[in-house]
Amino acid sequence: MDTSTTLAPIDARDRGGPRQPLLIVRNLRKHFPIRSGVLGRVSAHVRAVDGVSFTVMKGETLGIVGESGCGKSTVARLLMRLLKPDGGEHIFDGEAVGEAGGISVAEMRRQVQMVFQDSASSLNPRMPVQGSVAFGPIAFGTPRDRALAQARQLLAKVGLDPVLYGGRYPHELSGGQKQRVNVARALALDPRMVILDEAVSALDKSIEAQVLNLLQALRRELQLTYVFISHDLSVVRWISDRVMVMYLGEVVEIGPSNAIYETPKHPYTRALLASRPALDPDNRRLEAPVSGDPPSPINPPSGCRFHTRCPFAEPVCSARAPALGEGDVMAHLAACHMQDAASGHSKAVREIRH
Amino acid sequence: MNASGKTGPLVEVEDLSVNFVTRESNVRAVNGVTFTMMPGEVLCVLGESGSGKSVTMRALMRLLPPKRSVITGKIRVAGEDVLAMSEAALRRMRGATVSMIFQEPMTAFDPVTRVGDQITEVIRLHRGVNQAAARQRALDLFELVRIPSAQQRLDAYPHELSGGLRQRAMIALALSCEPKLLLADEPTTALDATVQIQVLILLRRLQQELGMSVIFVTHDLGVAAEIADRVAVMYAGRVVESGPVRDVLRSPLHPYTAGLLASTVHDQPPGRDLETIPGAPPDMRNLPPGCSFAPRCSLAGDDCRTTTPPAIEAAPGRIARCLRVHAPEAALV
Amino acid sequence: MSTTTATASPPATINATPPRQRGYWGNVGYRLRYDPVTLLFGTVLLLIILCAIFAPLIAPFDPYQESIIRRLKPPGYRGHILGTDELGRDVLSRILFGGRITLTMGILPVMVATLIGGGLGVLAGFAGGLINALIMRVMDVFYAFPSVLLAVAISGAMGGGAVNGMIALTLVFIPPLCRVAETATTQVRNLDFVDAAKATGAPLRLVLWHHVLGNILGPVLIYASSLVSVSIILASGLSFLGLGVTPPEPDWGLMLNALRQAIYISPLVAAMPGIAILITSISMNMVSDGLRSAMDVRS
Repeated sequence: MDTSTTLAPIDARDRGGPRQPLLIVRNLRKHFPIRSGVLGRVSAHVRAVDGVSFTVMKGETLGIVGESGCGKSTVARLLMRLLKPDGGEHIFDGEAVGEAGGISVAEMRRQVQMVFQDSASSLNPRMPVQGSVAFGPIAFGTPRDRALAQARQLLAKVGLDPVLYGGRYPHELSGGQKQRVNVARALALDPRMVILDEAVSALDKSIEAQVLNLLQALRRELQLTYVFISHDLSVVRWISDRVMVMYLGEVVEIGPSNAIYETPKHPYTRALLASRPALDPDNRRLEAPVSGDPPSPINPPSGCRFHTRCPFAEPVCSARAPALGEGDVMAHLAACHMQDAASGHSKAVREIRH
Repeated sequence: MNASGKTGPLVEVEDLSVNFVTRESNVRAVNGVTFTMMPGEVLCVLGESGSGKSVTMRALMRLLPPKRSVITGKIRVAGEDVLAMSEAALRRMRGATVSMIFQEPMTAFDPVTRVGDQITEVIRLHRGVNQAAARQRALDLFELVRIPSAQQRLDAYPHELSGGLRQRAMIALALSCEPKLLLADEPTTALDATVQIQVLILLRRLQQELGMSVIFVTHDLGVAAEIADRVAVMYAGRVVESGPVRDVLRSPLHPYTAGLLASTVHDQPPGRDLETIPGAPPDMRNLPPGCSFAPRCSLAGDDCRTTTPPAIEAAPGRIARCLRVHAPEAALV
Repeated sequence: MSTTTATASPPATINATPPRQRGYWGNVGYRLRYDPVTLLFGTVLLLIILCAIFAPLIAPFDPYQESIIRRLKPPGYRGHILGTDELGRDVLSRILFGGRITLTMGILPVMVATLIGGGLGVLAGFAGGLINALIMRVMDVFYAFPSVLLAVAISGAMGGGAVNGMIALTLVFIPPLCRVAETATTQVRNLDFVDAAKATGAPLRLVLWHHVLGNILGPVLIYASSLVSVSIILASGLSFLGLGVTPPEPDWGLMLNALRQAIYISPLVAAMPGIAILITSISMNMVSDGLRSAMDVRS
């Protein structure tokens, strides 16, 4: 019943009103030490997330795309505080997370939930699925019977008949059904924001579309804010209002979904888009947009991290890291010397000056 | 069949069925798959998980556990009956006539031996050449699959190679004995987008240069569009539709193919619901009678739930198993 | 808008499968019931335990009653179903009574070691870092010695007797159980559902209790049950060496030791305690195997 009250536009937990971003991240950093030798000395760092900044407005969906090793999943775990950041600011609805005078990690977690990729390992194999959904509320003191009743309601909401499936164990469900349970669990604490980390990537195409539709319907009905992380550019485009492209722990481009897909500015974004299979046998890709694999984030290339694979790379690219720049929330920004007239890159934008 | 047959089909599969029998259940993984393939052709077997596409592929090489699987039907590869082969003949066929690449290349390599040594050893075993010649051949292969600094990479251990290079090394290994037929089981699924397209283009080029046939198993319509000459769409252990890739993707005959195309996210307008196929694939231990897709199909009638649809040739080279699809003559009547 | 439960699945599927409300342990029991081998060996084990408990009621003779004239008689001699030992005592009665001591020495050390070692292992696995290193390195020190040698050394240092023998066995079993629990915990700790539980903001102890313990109990229990037969054999070995139970107590290992000298005179009788050990440990292993497959939810 309580969900029908969401028709009221203002959430009691809302602090700064609709103009205040729900999430602000500034210069977020996470370096994993690599230990070697008998004494376990730190010999190098995986620079998984290296100075990432972005903003998520209330009610919008921010898509994060990138290849393996770009740090997108680490960002998800940092936002959930399943990992402790090494540096940077993390502000939830105007309050610094985990800092004195801010919001506690536990309180933030009640308002931000996460859906994991691997539907097989993201549910406790020893627990009936309704138990998994009810765990959070029970931990926060909801009486067991009421929490289970709510869990069954949520299962119905995500399209699973609670009578049929509530008492089942994860191995008795298909991948798509498990992912629905994961969504129900994320909703159990009535969150304001849901982080979806490759939430549909493991599903078959026909099931993927069902779950995507469900996610959109839930977002509208419950007025949720999503951070949608995926390697699938098509899916991200369909679901996101704004998109952020990551490469080796850094943001290379961010902007409104249409701008990113119609007029990508960064060569990496263009390469990613051009790498998508065409779905048209008469229009096959004849040449790969970039060669090689993404380098290891252990010792990332100097300067612009993409310069080792970039067709437009010039000496300035390996010498100096391009800045993403600043702008308002809807600005379309790219961290590329070609976007900066003063960078000294021979193909740097000039026409704007004319 | 006469043995002269260079022009005959390379692969003929007729009414292939594979059952996995355990104490508790009987999984009917493949139910009467029939297809033929000409030399130099690229056939994409398209299907979702559990559709029987990988099992069909493994049956071609008889790689299924013999105790638990019951294989019926006919499989002929390069004119030889695979199901009747002796173990020795089977070993000769694997590698020499037919070779296979997988989704995870780490499974194809021994993690503690240098990749170059592994490829060299395979070449020596199959061709009986000396070490130096085999090594040279391995180097040629690495250059063929466009591995940069091939000479050094031969001395690398599998874990030292990046995902894309590992996949290329596995392709080199598979090509070491110049197979007539390459079986590729989702070889690009685990790769990053920018690497996947490189490997697809490489495979297409190799196939054309070497004149090999390729059977490419994938769940991704986009991958099929990039590489296939023909596609065979599998659902619940049956080929529900097959035909030239262009025709199948442009004007699918079977409702399942149509649904799959419609529900694949590809530049649909945001803000509007995606088209979906309702429900989920059937339990392979307990297949419904009639058409297996009927419970999810919007066109299904009572006849679909009782009659197993026969293969209908709706146009030259285009076959569909659906009661709602008619042969051209019937349509004219 | 309608109420929240409006989007359920189509009604046609509702009576397709009955709702399953059997709990996890209910499932395990259900599977065990359809496993004839495990049932058979379970029954044998149960009989052995019952025989040990009710030994005073069913033993045909006094296990301590010696007789000069009835020494080393073959099975069947004047009501001695399994014959008599080197002092003329009834072997069947001694095996029945000996079961009490031998089974206790087999089971009790494993139980105590499961609590201590399992607890330490979970702590090490979940805490990680320094605590893990500290606990596991101490365990490694014990690991360096073969279990038989360790048991002999500890009970030798503490002196003979059943209690000291059991303490020695407990100490021997703590490291392997700790290792199993630690490995299982480390594996489970890194799975997404534990992260998901943490992400609800629930207190760590609830996450541990509901999501970690339940998933490591299986492997730890199975491993512990397989240790019982090892423990019986080790306990017998200690007694055999004169370090565990002392004569004239009827213990299977001790009996085996005493009858060893009679192996050429009355081989059948001499083999009896050994057969008892064999049957018990095989049954224990088979039951433990059956438990393992019954507890695997995914199969």
